[in-house]
Amino acid sequence: MIPQAFDYSSPRSLHEALVLLENGEHKVLAGGMSLVPMMKLRLATPGRVVDLSRVPDLNRIAESGGVVRIGAMATHHEIETSPVVRGQCPLLSEAASHIGDVQVRNMGTIGGSIAHADPAADYPAALVALEARVRLVSAHSDRTLDAADFFLDAFTTALAPGEIVLELEIPAEDSSEGYRYEKVAHPASGFAVVGVAVRIKKNGAAISMARIGVTGMGPRAFRDRAAEKLLEEGADIARATAAVGAGQEANADLYASADYRRHLAAVHAARALTVALSRAS
Amino acid sequence: MATDRYLAADAADLVEVDYEPLAAVADPEKALAAGAPAVHPQWPDNIAFTFHQEGGDTEGAFRDAEVVVRQRITSQRLIPTAMETRGVVAEWRAGERSLTLYSSTQIPHLLRTLLAGILGMPENHLRVITPEVGGGFGSKLNVYAEEALAAFVAMRINHPVKWIESRRENFQATIHGRGHVDYFELAAKRDGTMLGLKLKLIQDLGAYHQLLTPAIPTLSVLMMPGLYNFPNISADIVGVFTNCVPTDAYRGAGRPEATHGIERMVDILAAELQMDPAAIRLKNFVPANAFPYATATGLSYDSGNYAAPLKQALDAVEYPKLREEQKRARAAGRLMGIGISTYGEICAIGPSPATPAGGWESATVKIEPTGKVTVMTGASPHGQGEETTFAQIAADELGVDIDDVLVVHGDTAVVQYGIGTFGSRGTAIGGTALYYALQDLKAKVKKFGAMLLDTQKVTLAGGTCTDEVSGKSVSFAEIAGAAYRALKLPPDTEPGLVATRFWEPPNFTFPFGAHIVVSEVDRDTGAIEIRRYIAVDDCGKIINPLIVAGQVHGGVAQGLGQALWEQAVYDDSGQLLTGELTDYAVPKAHLMPWIESSHTETPSPVNPLGVKGVGEAGTIGCSPAVVNSVVDALAPLGVRHIDMPLTPEKIWNAIQQGGRA
Repeated sequence: MIPQAFDYSSPRSLHEALVLLENGEHKVLAGGMSLVPMMKLRLATPGRVVDLSRVPDLNRIAESGGVVRIGAMATHHEIETSPVVRGQCPLLSEAASHIGDVQVRNMGTIGGSIAHADPAADYPAALVALEARVRLVSAHSDRTLDAADFFLDAFTTALAPGEIVLELEIPAEDSSEGYRYEKVAHPASGFAVVGVAVRIKKNGAAISMARIGVTGMGPRAFRDRAAEKLLEEGADIARATAAVGAGQEANADLYASADYRRHLAAVHAARALTVALSRAS
Repeated sequence: MATDRYLAADAADLVEVDYEPLAAVADPEKALAAGAPAVHPQWPDNIAFTFHQEGGDTEGAFRDAEVVVRQRITSQRLIPTAMETRGVVAEWRAGERSLTLYSSTQIPHLLRTLLAGILGMPENHLRVITPEVGGGFGSKLNVYAEEALAAFVAMRINHPVKWIESRRENFQATIHGRGHVDYFELAAKRDGTMLGLKLKLIQDLGAYHQLLTPAIPTLSVLMMPGLYNFPNISADIVGVFTNCVPTDAYRGAGRPEATHGIERMVDILAAELQMDPAAIRLKNFVPANAFPYATATGLSYDSGNYAAPLKQALDAVEYPKLREEQKRARAAGRLMGIGISTYGEICAIGPSPATPAGGWESATVKIEPTGKVTVMTGASPHGQGEETTFAQIAADELGVDIDDVLVVHGDTAVVQYGIGTFGSRGTAIGGTALYYALQDLKAKVKKFGAMLLDTQKVTLAGGTCTDEVSGKSVSFAEIAGAAYRALKLPPDTEPGLVATRFWEPPNFTFPFGAHIVVSEVDRDTGAIEIRRYIAVDDCGKIINPLIVAGQVHGGVAQGLGQALWEQAVYDDSGQLLTGELTDYAVPKAHLMPWIESSHTETPSPVNPLGVKGVGEAGTIGCSPAVVNSVVDALAPLGVRHIDMPLTPEKIWNAIQQGGRA
């Protein structure tokens, strides 16, 4: 439980941070909720840790033109409680409220979480359902990716060496939308055995728009477009969700088999949609 | 030796070990199979020991039986996970040739004696200090290699040595608990009268014997009859080596396994006979007028009224109404369960002949010249609150303010020899030793009080000693001062106010109780909701209700841990897969149900305080109540038994299979 010796930098500007990170041996420290335990177990042995906590404005949360921008260093607690996030993309707020415990939510950041890309993290389900975009910058580049293209595999993202997550861009949810994040938490780790994030728009009794994001089940979060389409075509929730998770690669561990995870994804998609429907107007 | 922890970790990283893998076996039943790898070549069948216990005429009981139910029941391997891992600081003073060892242990004096032998040092040159210990649950009722190693190295390099166990190390270097595979057979008449019990108990010992490893399953066998009145028992223990961490005492130590087994079997019998599980228990309890009651396993139950807590618990849940609600829930397709467990335990361990190192406890009371009271207890509390309960006992007996009493423990240079805190013995034995030391002092204080008041009969209360005739009084502090100033002494009386007692208990104590769990199972996911948890515990006389409540709550939490979440899992090569708290699910505050705790109070005749012990009750009563409740919920699907932990997937699978059956 003792990390190897490492150098430490605490840049005071984004430019300074990005220049430092041009050397790929370095690791970015955001909230430290994943990196520090990995270093203590010596699973990560970076030569230098670049701490972003003193880079100004990286935790800014603001909305303009129907897009909510959330800085990478915004903590889970800030996202859970921000009036902007609660008002404009409440699904993300709800997902944030399920992360870890109070201490973790006070320290952990959204940028750190998605860059770590734990397949059982809560955010990715909400981000793919929200059709969020991730802005990545390095000393020489600035690009924006769909969240669905950012998460490549377990603990693997589209981040190139020298790049950091700068911010997330989330299209504001329509206030008439219903939403829900349903989670089965692992009793030991608290991570999602399965987490399902849904959004729904109603047109009278019919569902005019459905988004379903699933985390925890497989190596990366995914959108179940087939189920979305069935709902939008008028299928009832039970029929539309029966195949959520089917045919997808699923993780297995001591707590839950792959088949059981797929089953949980379907059950909790239905439950999330039922709540979302009751919240939609 | 490293000069700091960072350097130590770096150096340890540089050590490369070439392992030549040997065949391993991690499952006790597989270890018994022909051709299994031998954990120790000198014991090729992996059997460390067998033990047979028999009472009455079991074969006759089974011959006469109208119904016999059989079930394989496991109590899975658990990791005790005290909040504080172990830690040792050893300091060698070469000039004095003395060694001071700080250790997070439950047994400072026994550790000193055993360490003296290991180190070849005179025991009186060794001092063991156990500062506030962050939980033990039996895992620190032991002597570990690191305690001897730290001492040895400190002597070798003539420099203090510190070793703090990491959580990972704690999971692999501190004892585990449970690890039973039990085969039960229960014989009965068709009217529900229980006649006899047979048990084959396979104990997973791990790879080595720690301090009490082989003793733990013998406690299970002793408590096999539970609260029931049947005289015929036959039990065989097979102690099996596996390539795993040694098992040893963990909260309950043998009794949760026994209680889980008998309470599951009673429910299985009730289901077989289509009897109500409360009714079958009430029918078979040892009657309240049968105490002291001699069991088929050779014990003498001290006192009891076993129907009382069950009836209190049944009243609390409004049992007939609850069964009606269950009928309606079942008709609506819901899986609602009601589970009862009525447990007995063997506490105040114990009379010395039943223990490996003395079963008494010691207390010294010193009334200081200013009238302040210092209690030194040989029990070594590590979270049980004896600092408070013992101060209460002393304050009540001496008639002084509780704030004037200080309880000191856990330093072999300060406290007279003692045994320690484990087996729910602290108050029942340590408190009784204190009680008798206080009687000695009370008599002496009264002598001095009578002398100062120039009278014969005095009372002691409210911080003063009062002449019953004249009403004149003298303060406790004045008496204490006079006893040390010694200008004048009562006849045949020495100066000073100090008394020490070592109390040997004539018997164990036998607490009991009833827990009821109302549960609901999610048919779609197998998730279990504990809707209500009722605990009615009879631990004899209660000294401090808040501390008793804390013990019940903590015990139930650990019982729920076993019932629902915890399991140490090894792979076939003997690798511990649940090696971190991210994999091994200990109970957490937000997962706890509300515990409706109440008591009946049946004093023990074994000690003058009437106390029995409560440290393990919650753990022992809990797990069968939970499993009985969930099995009851699933009974309409044809489910008869499920082994712990009741993980949602296991329950979901049972629902799927039951649905097909």
